[in-house]
Amino acid sequence: MWVAVIALGVLAGASGLMLGFAAVRLRVEGDPVVEKIDAILPQTQCGQCGFAGCRPYAEAIAAGEADINQCPPGGETGIVALAELLGRDPKPLNPENGAEKPKMVAVIDERNCIGCTLCIQACPVDAILGAAKHMHTVIAKECTGCELCIAPCPVDCIYMTPIAQTIANWKWTYPLADTGARGSVEQAAA
Amino acid sequence: MSGLFPFHGGLKTVRHKTESNQQPIRWSALPHRLTVPLRQHIGAIAKPLARAGERVLKGQMIGQPDGYISAAIHAPTSGKVIAVEQQPVPHPSGLPDWCVVIESDGEERWVERQAVDYRRLHPSEVRNRLRSAGVVGLGGAAFPSAVKLNPSGHAEALETLILNGAECEPWITCDDRIMRERAAEIIAGLHVIAHLLEPREVLIGIEDDKPEAIAAMVAACAGTGFAVRPVPTRYPSGSVKQLVKLLTAKETPVDGLPVDVGVQCFNVGTAYTIYRAIEFGEPVISRTVTITGHVNQPQNLEVLLGTPFSELIAQSGGYRDGVERLIMGGPMMGFAVHDDGVPVTKATNCLLAASAAELAPLRPVMPCIRCGACVDACPANLLPQQLYWHARAKEFDKAQDYHLFSCIECGCCSYVCPSHLPLVQYYRYAKNEIWAQEKEKQKAELARQRHQARLERLEREKQERDAKLRQKRPRHARWRWKTRLTKPSRPIAPRRLRPRPNQRLKLASGAIESPCTLKR
Amino acid sequence: MHFKTLTSPHVLGETSVGQVMRRVLYAMVPGATALIWFFGWGVLVNLAVATVVALMAEAAMLAVRNKPIATHLADYSAVVTAWLLAVALPPLAPWWMTVIGVLSAIVVAKHLYGGLGYNPFNPAMIGYVVLLISFPREMSSWLIPQGIGQAHALSLIETLQAIFNGLLPDRLAADALTGATPLDALRTQLGLGLAVADIRNSPVFGIVAGSGWEWAASGFLAGGLWLIYTRVAAWQIPAGLLSGLAVISTIFYLIDPQRYAPPWFHLWSGAAIFGAFFIATDPVTASTTPRGRLLYGAGVGVLTYIIRSFGGYPDGVAFAVLLMNIAAPTIDLYTQPKVFGARRG
Repeated sequence: MWVAVIALGVLAGASGLMLGFAAVRLRVEGDPVVEKIDAILPQTQCGQCGFAGCRPYAEAIAAGEADINQCPPGGETGIVALAELLGRDPKPLNPENGAEKPKMVAVIDERNCIGCTLCIQACPVDAILGAAKHMHTVIAKECTGCELCIAPCPVDCIYMTPIAQTIANWKWTYPLADTGARGSVEQAAA
Repeated sequence: MSGLFPFHGGLKTVRHKTESNQQPIRWSALPHRLTVPLRQHIGAIAKPLARAGERVLKGQMIGQPDGYISAAIHAPTSGKVIAVEQQPVPHPSGLPDWCVVIESDGEERWVERQAVDYRRLHPSEVRNRLRSAGVVGLGGAAFPSAVKLNPSGHAEALETLILNGAECEPWITCDDRIMRERAAEIIAGLHVIAHLLEPREVLIGIEDDKPEAIAAMVAACAGTGFAVRPVPTRYPSGSVKQLVKLLTAKETPVDGLPVDVGVQCFNVGTAYTIYRAIEFGEPVISRTVTITGHVNQPQNLEVLLGTPFSELIAQSGGYRDGVERLIMGGPMMGFAVHDDGVPVTKATNCLLAASAAELAPLRPVMPCIRCGACVDACPANLLPQQLYWHARAKEFDKAQDYHLFSCIECGCCSYVCPSHLPLVQYYRYAKNEIWAQEKEKQKAELARQRHQARLERLEREKQERDAKLRQKRPRHARWRWKTRLTKPSRPIAPRRLRPRPNQRLKLASGAIESPCTLKR
Repeated sequence: MHFKTLTSPHVLGETSVGQVMRRVLYAMVPGATALIWFFGWGVLVNLAVATVVALMAEAAMLAVRNKPIATHLADYSAVVTAWLLAVALPPLAPWWMTVIGVLSAIVVAKHLYGGLGYNPFNPAMIGYVVLLISFPREMSSWLIPQGIGQAHALSLIETLQAIFNGLLPDRLAADALTGATPLDALRTQLGLGLAVADIRNSPVFGIVAGSGWEWAASGFLAGGLWLIYTRVAAWQIPAGLLSGLAVISTIFYLIDPQRYAPPWFHLWSGAAIFGAFFIATDPVTASTTPRGRLLYGAGVGVLTYIIRSFGGYPDGVAFAVLLMNIAAPTIDLYTQPKVFGARRG
């Protein structure tokens, strides 16, 4: 009996040493999962998730402090991608964080802008151009649609507008007529 | 005749060429108003040069190429520019695009034209002339020709130059007619191309259902060393990569161009416009368009760019009863337009008015039975049923594993599918989604970088501020100490740093900056 | 003027799923006729019963699954399944066996897996295997082909009596009417230590294989070649299957002709030809790449031989097809054709 106990003990000890060695020598520097989560997040930096930007939210998810369904701009696609990455079940977007909306850009009504620079300070991606007491304008190409500039504006001259469909960004749609559904012929004709 | 090298797959489709290829090409009537789109080509939209109210001459440049891959746009006739605005253009979306609207004055007064001897000019000068003449591929893709005529950047000399007169799509006959009627001019244009590219051999591929065109081209080629190669009538032999394979046995790499295997390919119509641009100094302001299908007089017309489709239909005797779709291009790859008020562009090779007689009847869509008919028909040697499966499930990664982007959207798979699945639309949908996702990703990456840069800037500013304060404070203290020595007075600094109450309120509403910076 | 817009291509070929399936049915006619000729009315009755039950089951399942019934019934896929199963059943199989087989095929193997196009296993073969495992004795009692057991004189009425009431005419004993199939006979007598050449002298064997059987096989061969000519069936699967079977049977025949039957016997026996052209070519469950189809066919051929020669059942086509059905997705994955312009290797 003692032989068995000793043998198992030695085995366990050896395994423990190997694991310890591996933990020290083969350690992965940094936390790549944060990078991977951050790559999925839409980088609007809107803070709707309750964190001060996409990266802090990614860190919170990695640390298990936040759920994966708190990002409205990422929407269902984002949640599914996060669920797949982390091996969890997808869940619906948490309504406390907001709802999924079509992509928008901020526009400053330049006639009413008083040049207070408050929106410039609020913009997380420096996409608003202007100087004190001069009219401001949004660089539409770089605007993430986070809406953070709307609240600080003292004269309410910033509004959100959906991105217009043009020939350049138009897409072929998913075929309506799919197999088997009743009336697929009519759908195909529509 | 040397051997041909058949490509995999392809189809024998209906032909319907004789409806429109019996009469010579006629000039269409000058329309009252021309809507000239500024994007008639692949690449960047041309920059408008004309303003509303301005008078323009026939052939005057009204759109300037913007960047390397772009093309010039010219006024098709003389008249007055009414507007530069968004107008419906021929596009599957039916969306508008920027156009120059010209009211013709009926005088057809030309801008000054200058013929040149291309043999005496430097090749780059010839290319510039073609570029400012707005020469693009007239086979349908409308890729700027000057780019393809530049051999620099390709280390090896061009092996083969191919002139594409295959015209494999059913119904279309515009290339057939111009080869019959303008063979000598086409060959003259081909000489210009050959002069620029210096290929070792020049081949002209024509499908063998056009014996008259072949005969005309053979006659025109006499003594030139150019070889006419009739190819079997098998769709899509006119597709560039398939024609290159057919004539040279070379397969264009998946993510490459024919030039990567030493072959360059031009459409016969393009060669003709090159001839006009060099020998007459005429820019591309018209093209040959086949008007066919369910119209009273199918024919080929030489049409000024910007002419509305409806005028061409009217000149072809109008629609016969029961037209359901108006297709720009052929029935295999063309798209249905929403409205016949849209204008002819450089890419408009055919208008097919289609009634139930010309169209496939609507039949129920059945599940895929994996019969593999699409595999046998695919000229790109893909597995269309697997692409369908993954595109349908929106598994875009897997669709790309099955080489989605090698698909040329020729429609052979849909044509042979016994389940009548809209396969090509699934592939287009998947490609568009992948492109859109790629753009989103780039945009997110840009936002990430900008956010990062902002955070770093804020941090830097804070440190600079702190450093300044640290620097100031000792001096301050010294000064205070000194002053206290001389004259005790109340300290100033603390008061400066204290914000006023109303200021603090405003800060609470979302500003990130600290009170002292605001004060500063 | 405004127009409808639909995506290209705007013209389509004439083919349809219904046409494909109808052609399979036409192609079965010569073989089925030979079966009826040699084995009597029972084959025809089985075909009729299976067709009716299959259509009813299909309609019921479509209704349950909320699919358009008329469109899907018109695709003839249920009839094809019914016929494939019916010709594999013993001619005097009781009616309820046919019903069980067809229901297993249509309800379980086809619709519970998602219906046409989604079933991983060949429905007809699932139906056949369910019956073979559940009723081994009934499934192996075939009629003796006409010409050898002169007693073959069952009229249509007598056949119906036998199938629906289990009654045989008094003048006949069941033993006189039914017997082992050639493959079964070969297997049993090999087990008794007899040599192949001696066994094949018995009247149940014909010129190359079983008497009567070889004619049915030839009929199916003719129909199958027509299917390939019309491109309904891919030529790679029958080619792979028959050559796979031929190669492995030749090897064993050369090793020991006394213990292993010659290749031509194997090719013309049992369901080899029928399976090669009609069962293994079921597109839904087979491999879809050109090379994959060759491999898939060869796999069925080799497995058939192994099951016939060393397994527990006289014929192995059904099991071989089902086994290769499992392998089809993997075969497809590794036999993708070289895409136009892709680098070799």
